[in-house]
Amino acid sequence: MTVNNAVTPSSEIAQRTVTNFVAAAGPPVAPGPDTPAPSPIREFLSKRGSGKLADNTFAGAMVVCALSIFAIVICIATILVLRSHLSIVKFGWAFFKGQNWDPVSGDFGALPFIFGTLATSLLALVMAVPLALGVAVFLTELCPNFLRGPISFLTELLAAIPSVVYGLWAVFVLVPLVQDPIGPFLVKYLGWTGFFEGANFGVGLLTASIILAIMILPIISSLTRDMMLAVPNHQREAVLALGATRWEMIRIGVLRNARIGIVGAVILGLGRALGETMAVAMTIGNHAVISKSLFAPGNTLASAIANEFSEATDDLYLSALIEIGLALFLVTIVVNAIARLLVWAVTRGAPARVA
Amino acid sequence: MASPANLAADPAQRPPMDFNTRGMRFHFASRKAINLLVSGLAMLATALVLVPLAAILIYLCYKGASSLNLNFFIKMPASPGEPGGGMANSITGSAVVLGLASLLGIPVGIAAGVYLAEFGRGKLLGNAVRFTADVLNGVPSIVIGISMYALIVKPQLHFSAFAGGVALAVMMVPTITRTTEEMLSTVPHAIREAALGLGVPKWRTTMSVALRTASPGIITGCMLAFARVAGETAPLLFTALGNEFWSLNLNQPIDALPLRIYKYANSPYDEWHRVAWAGSLVLIAMIMVSVTLVRIFAGRGTLKGGN
Repeated sequence: MTVNNAVTPSSEIAQRTVTNFVAAAGPPVAPGPDTPAPSPIREFLSKRGSGKLADNTFAGAMVVCALSIFAIVICIATILVLRSHLSIVKFGWAFFKGQNWDPVSGDFGALPFIFGTLATSLLALVMAVPLALGVAVFLTELCPNFLRGPISFLTELLAAIPSVVYGLWAVFVLVPLVQDPIGPFLVKYLGWTGFFEGANFGVGLLTASIILAIMILPIISSLTRDMMLAVPNHQREAVLALGATRWEMIRIGVLRNARIGIVGAVILGLGRALGETMAVAMTIGNHAVISKSLFAPGNTLASAIANEFSEATDDLYLSALIEIGLALFLVTIVVNAIARLLVWAVTRGAPARVA
Repeated sequence: MASPANLAADPAQRPPMDFNTRGMRFHFASRKAINLLVSGLAMLATALVLVPLAAILIYLCYKGASSLNLNFFIKMPASPGEPGGGMANSITGSAVVLGLASLLGIPVGIAAGVYLAEFGRGKLLGNAVRFTADVLNGVPSIVIGISMYALIVKPQLHFSAFAGGVALAVMMVPTITRTTEEMLSTVPHAIREAALGLGVPKWRTTMSVALRTASPGIITGCMLAFARVAGETAPLLFTALGNEFWSLNLNQPIDALPLRIYKYANSPYDEWHRVAWAGSLVLIAMIMVSVTLVRIFAGRGTLKGGN
C-alpha cells in the first residue's frame, strides 16, 4: 500500500505532463483563447516532418502497397473469369470432362491436359521426393561441415536455372538419352507393366516428368532441410542417449518430428510442378490425347497454354485457353495454401531464412 | 536360490544382462547394417542430384563458350541459314523489360514488406497480406502471363513491352515483400527505440534506421527477385511477344533473351541452336553472379543478435 501511494502521484504527474505536452501541440484540441500557443519545439519538429500527419501518410502509403498484393490476386482472378466467360457458358462443367480438344470444330474438353498435368507431376514427385529426402538427410545429419556449404550452394544454383534453359538442355541432351539408353532399358525390365509401349520418340510424358523432377528437387530438398533443422537438438540427443544408431536417431528423433513440414515441402514442390511451363512445353510433344504409355506425347494445362496460344485466333479457342489458365490458378492457389499452412505450423517462431 | 520374482524386486541383486547371445549380436549387427545402408543411400542420393547439375553446367559452358563471341552481343538476329548473328536486340529488350519491372515492382514490394514488419505484425490484415503474398508467389508464371494478356494486351489490341514489364513486376512483388519483411525483423528493437527516444518520428525511424540497417539484405533480396524473373519466358510469351528488329518503344512488342532462346531451341537450324546455347550461357552467368553475391552479402551487414 505504502509503495503504491508513493508511486501513484508521481506517475500521475508524469501522465499529466505528457497529456499537456501533446495537448499543446496536437491538432485534436480546438484552438481557443485559453489554449496555450504551440511550443517552438513542436513547431520546429513539424517543419522537419514530425507529427501525426506525416506518420499517418507514411503508414497509409505502406498499407496501400500491402493491399495492392490483394488487388493483384483479385485482379488476376476477375480478369480470368471475365475473359473465359464464353467457354464457361458454352461448356460448363463438361469442359473438365470432355476428352476432345478440337479447335477446328470448336469442341473443347480439358481432360487430356488434366491427365497430362497429374501424370507428369505425380511421376516427377515419385522420382524427386526420395532423392530430395536423401539429400536433406545427408546435408543436415551426415555431411561433414566443410561440404555442407558448397553442396547447399549447388542445389540452390540448380533451383535458380531458368526453365527455358532446362528446356534447351532437355531437347538436346535428355531427349536423345531417353531415346537410346533409358527407353529400351525401361522396355526391357518394366515393359510388362504396360506403361512403356508404343514408339519412343524421346519426347513425351516420361521426358517431361524427368525434367520436372530435376526442377522441383532443389525446392523440396532445401525446404525439407529447413524443416529438419527446425527440430530442436535435444530431441536428437535424447534418442541417441537411449542407444539409438544414427539412422534410428534420424528416423525417430528428426523425421517423425518434422513429418508435417516435410509433407508441406512436398506439396509445395507439387505446386511448382503443376504450374511449370517452358521446360515441359519443349519436351512433352504437344498432343491432346490420354495414353497409358509414358512414351506417348501429351500436354499439361500449362504447356497447352504456351503451345497453343499462338494458334488461338477465334474468341472461343482463346477463352477456352484462358479457362485452362483459370483452372490452373485455382488449383495452384489451393495446393499452395495447404502447403504454406503445413510449413507454417512447423516453422512458426523459427529464425528467418535468407535466400 | 532366489526366485525370478525376487530378482525383479531388487535390482541390485539382478545379474547383468547378457548381450552376448546370438540373438542380441544379430540385433546389433542388423541395426548397424541398416544405419550404414541408409547413410550410403543418402550419400548416393546427393551424388545423383549433383550429377545433372554438373552435367547441365558443364555442357552449357562447353556449348555456350564455343559459340559466344563479340558478334553475339552487337549483331542482330540472322535470318535462317545465314551464319553469324547475335542477340543485341534481345539483350537490350530484356534490359528494358526488366528495368520497367524493377521500377514498378521493387518500391511496391519493399513498401508492402515494411508494412508487414513495422505495422502489421500480429494483426489480421498483416497475416492475410503475408499469406496472400506467399500464395501469389506460387501462382504459375504462365497464369500471370495470360492474365496480363487479358488485362493489358487484349484491350490495347497490341502486344507491348509495357505489358511484359507489368507481368514481371507482379512476379517480383511477393518475393521482395517477404525478403524485406524477414530482413526488417532481424533489426533489433533497441535501435528503433533509440531513434524514437530521441524524438525521431516513426516514418523517419523506419526509413533511416530500420530500412538502412536492413538494406544489405533487402538489396540482395531484390537482386534475387530480379534474377528469378530475368529467366522467365512464360509471362513474356503473350505480353512482350518478341521482335526481330531493334525496338526500345514501350508500346511495341519487344524481344527478350529467354524468348529468343525458346524460339531458337524450337527451330530446326543448327546455327540458331548454337546462338541459343550462347544466350543460355549469358543468362545463367548473370543469374549465377547475382545468386553468388546474395550468398556472400546475405547475413553480412545485417545486425546479429536481434530479436
